[in-house]
Amino acid sequence: MKTQMGVPQSAAVSIHPKPPGRIKHVLTAALVLLLLIASAKQTEASFGELLEGIPEMMKLLREMVPPRWSYMDNILPGMLETIRMALLGTTIGAIGAIPVAIFCAGNLTPNIWVYYPARFLLNLIRTLPDLLLAAIFVAIFGLGPVPGIFALAVFSLGLIAKLTYEALETIDRGPLEAMTAVGMNRIQLIVFGVVPQLAAQFTSFVLYAFEINVRAAAVLGLVGAGGIGLYYEATLGFLEYDKTSAIILMTLVIVLLIDYASTKLREKLL
Amino acid sequence: MIELRQVSKEYPNGTKGLNKINLTIGQGEFIAVVGLSGAGKSTLLRSINRLHDITEGDIIINGKSITKSHGKALRMIRRDIGMIFQSFNLVKRSTVLRNVLAGRVGYHSTLRSILGRFPAADVDLAFGALERVGIADKAYIRADQLSGGQQQRVAIARVLAQEAKIILADEPVASLDPLTTKQVMDDLKRINQELGITTIVNLHFIDLAREYATRIIGLRAGEVVFDGPVSDATNERFAAIYGRPIQEDELLDKGNAPAGQKGITA
Repeated sequence: MKTQMGVPQSAAVSIHPKPPGRIKHVLTAALVLLLLIASAKQTEASFGELLEGIPEMMKLLREMVPPRWSYMDNILPGMLETIRMALLGTTIGAIGAIPVAIFCAGNLTPNIWVYYPARFLLNLIRTLPDLLLAAIFVAIFGLGPVPGIFALAVFSLGLIAKLTYEALETIDRGPLEAMTAVGMNRIQLIVFGVVPQLAAQFTSFVLYAFEINVRAAAVLGLVGAGGIGLYYEATLGFLEYDKTSAIILMTLVIVLLIDYASTKLREKLL
Repeated sequence: MIELRQVSKEYPNGTKGLNKINLTIGQGEFIAVVGLSGAGKSTLLRSINRLHDITEGDIIINGKSITKSHGKALRMIRRDIGMIFQSFNLVKRSTVLRNVLAGRVGYHSTLRSILGRFPAADVDLAFGALERVGIADKAYIRADQLSGGQQQRVAIARVLAQEAKIILADEPVASLDPLTTKQVMDDLKRINQELGITTIVNLHFIDLAREYATRIIGLRAGEVVFDGPVSDATNERFAAIYGRPIQEDELLDKGNAPAGQKGITA
């Protein structure tokens, strides 16, 4: 068959290369399964327990429908506050992320004594979950949206700086070389050689962070950091599940809308 | 005037990029540096504006040592040396005009340049440079919309706007087709003759070097093995230098080599 397809006669007996072995895949699957079982054992989770919980879950769901539509009016200010928090937090974080990303990027900050500590610090920031950050800031600033905004700012800074510095390290070095040859200093080089290369990607990262922040901001109220989360806590606390479902639906609609708009915008950018 | 004194470059892994090079290049010369890949052509060129640091020797540009300069002094010397690259090295997402104006940045304070407030004289200069290479109508188009030859001409315009006294061109035509090659080389030659800008071009093609340069420098393994006028740079000489006959892919104009020159394997 091979020879019919135009392989030279001299190489008539073509030797098929051996397909790569399957053992690796089998072992990987076994390992994942093992980890799952071990995790379930350690946390004492079982399917039995899940099955036992089903009637309780159904009861909760029944109480959730129909949602209390009239409650939407009450939560609209909270929802708007959530969006405002996300907007402010993302903006502050994005501005802060720019210098951090530059210090972390090995091609723009060639000094190893700068970019390794900078990356370490960035990783440290990124290990703090947003809820923990919010709790800490609530302890510092008291209840309200302000600690929520700061928590989101720190969280966004970590996320945007990480994505940006990784993108920075992949930019075309050629223009930077040309800018150096022209006699530019470091700041001029960044403005003329780096910013145009990265502006679209950076905007996309900021929009992505905003999407995540809207969702994150919705739960920050649980620790008293403002936004719609306060209403979740209140309605769950009073067992008013029909109100909770109203909040969930409203959050869902808002999040979907913002996700859609942001995705469309990002598609246009890149 | 450019003077290289005992210039050596050793890479961290021990290989010698340049070995004790001595050269004096006068104002207004058009020099072609030829040699096989890895002979040190690019290293030599990048040493002159210190995109690469040398490990030994000294390089003097118009009386100032670039090797010993730092910070602002180094940037001032670089401002007078324009560079053209094989891959054009334009900022692709910026407009042609902004790419050309980048050549002016070294003349202004950081604040003024990052605000993009170029004086009207700079914009005139940039348009003049674009006119000189015949693409002024493309000023507001993004650089990545242009063909390779046009992009290289933007790069030449950037050097002109920079008002450089020296042009270093590192394989400026290696990514271009033969016709565009000729146009770009013609541009470089014209600028060299009209403005008296010292021009040093790395070239892979020996016949192209003979056609445009007034002086040819041959490199092999980081050493200068030929330095003389075009008339001396025959295929025989280069066959001797390379230790083998000139090959077809070292000539741009294949099959049409100058008569009477032997050693062409075809």
